[in-house]
Amino acid sequence: MTAVAVSETEYVRRPLGGRLRISSAWLGAAPFLLYTGLFLFLPTVLVAVGAFSGPHGPTLANLAQLSRPYVVSAFLNSLVLSAVSASVGAVVGSVLAYAVATGSPDGILRRLVTAFCGVLSQFGGVTLAFAFIATIGTEGFIVIWLQQHGIRFYPNGVWLFSLTGLTLIYTYFEIPLMVIVFMPALDGIRPQWREATETLGGGTWHYWRHVAGPLLMPAFLGAWLLLFANAFSAYATAAALLDIGGVIVPLQISRALSSEVGLDQANFAAALALGMVVIVAIITLLYARLQRRSARWLPR
Amino acid sequence: MNRRRHRRLAAFKAVVYVVLGLFFLLPIAAMVEFATRGVGISSPRTLTAFTSIGSDPELVDAITASLELAVITSLGMLALLLPTMIWIRLRVPQMVRPVELVCLTPLTIPAIVLVVGFAPIYNWIEINVSDSILMLALAYLVLVLPYCYRALDAGLSAVDIRTLSEAARSLGASWATVMWRIIVPNMSSAVSNACLLCVAVVLGEFTVANLLNFENLQVAISILGTGNASVSIALAVVSLVFVFFFLLLLSFLGRALSRRRGGAARA
Repeated sequence: MTAVAVSETEYVRRPLGGRLRISSAWLGAAPFLLYTGLFLFLPTVLVAVGAFSGPHGPTLANLAQLSRPYVVSAFLNSLVLSAVSASVGAVVGSVLAYAVATGSPDGILRRLVTAFCGVLSQFGGVTLAFAFIATIGTEGFIVIWLQQHGIRFYPNGVWLFSLTGLTLIYTYFEIPLMVIVFMPALDGIRPQWREATETLGGGTWHYWRHVAGPLLMPAFLGAWLLLFANAFSAYATAAALLDIGGVIVPLQISRALSSEVGLDQANFAAALALGMVVIVAIITLLYARLQRRSARWLPR
Repeated sequence: MNRRRHRRLAAFKAVVYVVLGLFFLLPIAAMVEFATRGVGISSPRTLTAFTSIGSDPELVDAITASLELAVITSLGMLALLLPTMIWIRLRVPQMVRPVELVCLTPLTIPAIVLVVGFAPIYNWIEINVSDSILMLALAYLVLVLPYCYRALDAGLSAVDIRTLSEAARSLGASWATVMWRIIVPNMSSAVSNACLLCVAVVLGEFTVANLLNFENLQVAISILGTGNASVSIALAVVSLVFVFFFLLLLSFLGRALSRRRGGAARA
């Protein structure tokens, strides 16, 4: 009843009808709803509508274009790139997270690693592409250093500016992201689990295989999906690194969007974007289901 | 047995830190090395690349624009999101879940997808409102929503806003006073967290600016990279270090504030 008392003081000055009372409280959320309507929902709707419209009204032609060989290969490239970088990132990242989680919770090392991971997982993009060009580009630090010692870094041609190079660079921001996402799960591990295993005569292997492993698995898979989605939608690094467009889906979108040919291409970009949304939506659904399973065991 | 495990764990951690430390620090060191290279092979190290950042007017424009965008986006976020979050918690609690859902949506729609929808909207804005780069703040506000929502939500749930607002209202405070002079000062660390996250996201943003043909900091770095690599890498180093210390500050600030609050509660 105390909640009502507050609202009543507000309405004493406005003796209006019941319906208007409700709307005056709702009005407070109006600017937010208006803004997100214009800049979050309108763009999304424009993408969905654009994917199905052409110069002569509604059409499925844009979606049909998705079956072109170079589009299919871009989607496949994107999927492989995301799967490989997410897998490497998840495994290496969880190892690093474990090393950090077993240290002092308030230590300077943990705070440094967390801050560092925060920067690298967010700030990747263009900077990262240049960092790797400076390291293992043809004029890069390591390449030149090895050359001075008579070793060729690229015996079979430069692979930095290809999907291989892109995969390596993506792991650079996937590992920090994994540390951030997976750390809470590792912090949830209780020493009692290990003690219980040892009481029952189990060793380190048994502990990881039968206790900690299965308990952490849903969180691990959930984090993997997040990493996958992150790599799948990344654009900046590839745009800064690769001159040739269209190798992965985001680059296809950017090429279609910046082409001068006209509305047709804008609709094709919308179809590509819709394809990406569908894939990310499937991943998000899987992620939500896994989260529910791991939440049962790990305290938040 | 236990001591052996501890020693093994220490060795494992040392290996992990050294190997990954190398992997993560080498590219950054290489950027510094690259940016300080002289013209010839044997010429001495030089800081020309760093000092010439300030002498390129186009670059200065881009840096200024990004910093302005960071400030505008932070202020816009505070003006739009914070009052809404407080208001619905106090007055329309059934809206809390839907608003949360809306705020977290940008996480599932990649920026590269959103930008396809932004393109026609920005066409309209350029013709009818303004073609200034600062218009990007409208799009950036969407990109920072999920991060800021989480930061502010953490702060709001730690404060008993209902009791505070009822006390203030019964003493005759207006809703604006309740928000800005009662609730916000009680969650200052969450507010500063949200602002710092905003700044980090905006300074690192490339996708939207590049595809809508605006030249912000990251786009400038990228364009410069094709012509004058060492200056663009120098700029990349500077911006990376800047954001790193920003986030480090955030973690210290958050701890200091929470410790202060904890101390006050005990006293």
